[in-house]
Amino acid sequence: MITQQSTKIEQIHQDIRAEHKTHVEWKRRNRTQTIEYMIHGIFLLLGLITVGCVLLITVYLIISGIPAIRQIGLLDFLFGKEWASTASEPKYGILPFILTSVYGTAGAILIGVPVGFMTAVYLSKLASPKVKSVMQSAVSLLAGIPSVVYGLVGMLVLVPGIRKIFNVPDGASLLAAIIVLAIMILPSIIKMSITALDAVPKEYEDASLALGATPVETYFKVSVPAAKSGIAAAVVLGVGRAIGEAMVVMMVAGNVPNMPNSLFQSVRFLTTAVSSEMSYSSGLQRQALFSIALVLFMFIMLTNAMLNFFLKRERE
Amino acid sequence: MLSQTLSKKRKNYEVLMKVLMLLSAGLTAALTLFLVIYVLVQGIPNITWELLSTKPSYLTEKIGILPDILNTVYIILATLLLVLPIGVGAAIYLTEYASNKKVVSIIEYAAETLSGIPSIIYGLVGMLLFSNNIGTCLLSGALTLVIMNLPTIMRTTQESLKTVPQSYREGAFGLGAGKWRVVRTVVLPGCVDGVITGCILSVGRILGESAALLFTAGFAHAVNGLIDGLAAPGATLTVALYFYAKEQGEFGVAFAIAAILMILTALINFAATFVQKQFAKRRSL
Repeated sequence: MITQQSTKIEQIHQDIRAEHKTHVEWKRRNRTQTIEYMIHGIFLLLGLITVGCVLLITVYLIISGIPAIRQIGLLDFLFGKEWASTASEPKYGILPFILTSVYGTAGAILIGVPVGFMTAVYLSKLASPKVKSVMQSAVSLLAGIPSVVYGLVGMLVLVPGIRKIFNVPDGASLLAAIIVLAIMILPSIIKMSITALDAVPKEYEDASLALGATPVETYFKVSVPAAKSGIAAAVVLGVGRAIGEAMVVMMVAGNVPNMPNSLFQSVRFLTTAVSSEMSYSSGLQRQALFSIALVLFMFIMLTNAMLNFFLKRERE
Repeated sequence: MLSQTLSKKRKNYEVLMKVLMLLSAGLTAALTLFLVIYVLVQGIPNITWELLSTKPSYLTEKIGILPDILNTVYIILATLLLVLPIGVGAAIYLTEYASNKKVVSIIEYAAETLSGIPSIIYGLVGMLLFSNNIGTCLLSGALTLVIMNLPTIMRTTQESLKTVPQSYREGAFGLGAGKWRVVRTVVLPGCVDGVITGCILSVGRILGESAALLFTAGFAHAVNGLIDGLAAPGATLTVALYFYAKEQGEFGVAFAIAAILMILTALINFAATFVQKQFAKRRSL
């Protein structure tokens, strides 16, 4: 009787202990799960910071850029031919800046893309591995050189050079900016084109060679078309870099708000228009500078969208 | 043999394209060579111990770049310290945690957008966002650079995370480890190479940055400690170069800084390729 009862009690004790154990286990598991959730949340937040930054930049630029456009009028602002922000009757037309940026970028692309493209085809297909690796480090160096260094060399070599060769009063001009920008976009174009060309399947080229095409014909008529999305992306990347570059054009373009009527005119780009008056501006003038930044931002977003389009096609 | 059977038109095409390619590649090489040699020749004679170890003085009318060197170091340290946790964390979220494809594509699109925004825009927004609130100082500059360098750190970390074999994670999960434990002990050690590469690239970018710092970090030449330095305005080497060349016409000093920057850029490029090669070698073992 007594032994029976004690075993029963023992049984109950065991049950309680087991229950307690599962309870502790459950609690612990619950706690680790909470921690897991928290950590998941922290990483999600860190990931969303990037999105937050983009939104912040966009919202800030729009909020600070809209007032001046409203006051000046969108058409007068975008298509006004005269910028005289410090005159007694100030004029805020940014067409000169827009056209300068467009011409400057187009010029840089016109010079930079053929040279960069040809160099990329040579390095990707024809050059020996040794030449390729040496040239690739040279291109990386070119990409890494700070823009102010380009500006400095442009100021002291290119600007006097243009003055002497073309016999103009001042060499600081649209042409100088175009040349320096063309050199600066070279590395991005070369690097990206090489990546695209290297990714062309070897079979394509083999097939073309087997059909009797020469190597050069194969590279230009088979490899290049196969890599055309990547090369297009490289060109767009160059456009983005050229439109956005500020310090160099500040140093070599002369920075006078003229209409870009000739290559030898001293001009001001969108980027330099934002920065050159920022330190002493106030009121509507300052707000107008923010509006210029907004216009520049629109241009950049447009090229970004194009870049993404081409990159996506390349991946497919 | 082959070239003899080609028609004249094809032969011309062959020769023309070859010449154009060689000319372009030669031009690129010559430009690089010219830039490097020109800057070094003009700059190195101007680099003296006095220039490197003093600050500019109006009394003796001598220019020293010690403050600019220190400011550059401070801003690099502050930026990396802030950008690393965010960038690495975001990369870990994208490769380890995210299950929602839409969220991933939004974050990746945001990162791509950030890397396409030119530095002058960053400078402007940094001015509105940071300098107007905490003053024009190195910290404002560093915060601006954090946003700029975020995509770089994210990309390099993500790339190295993708090379951590899936079986490692599965093994750890199979042994009963939780997600966080797996991330901490298996995934994080695997992305060290990406983080280091990202840091090197970021240092290069910060070193060369000027437009984003002009209105955020300001321009001053005081010699400060790290903490005081971050709270005070200061010029980095590139900003100082710009001012000495454009505003003051001190081309000797400007070229000295340019030569220093050129040498540092070359070193950084070398370090980046070296690190990448080392890690690639280790991975293939």
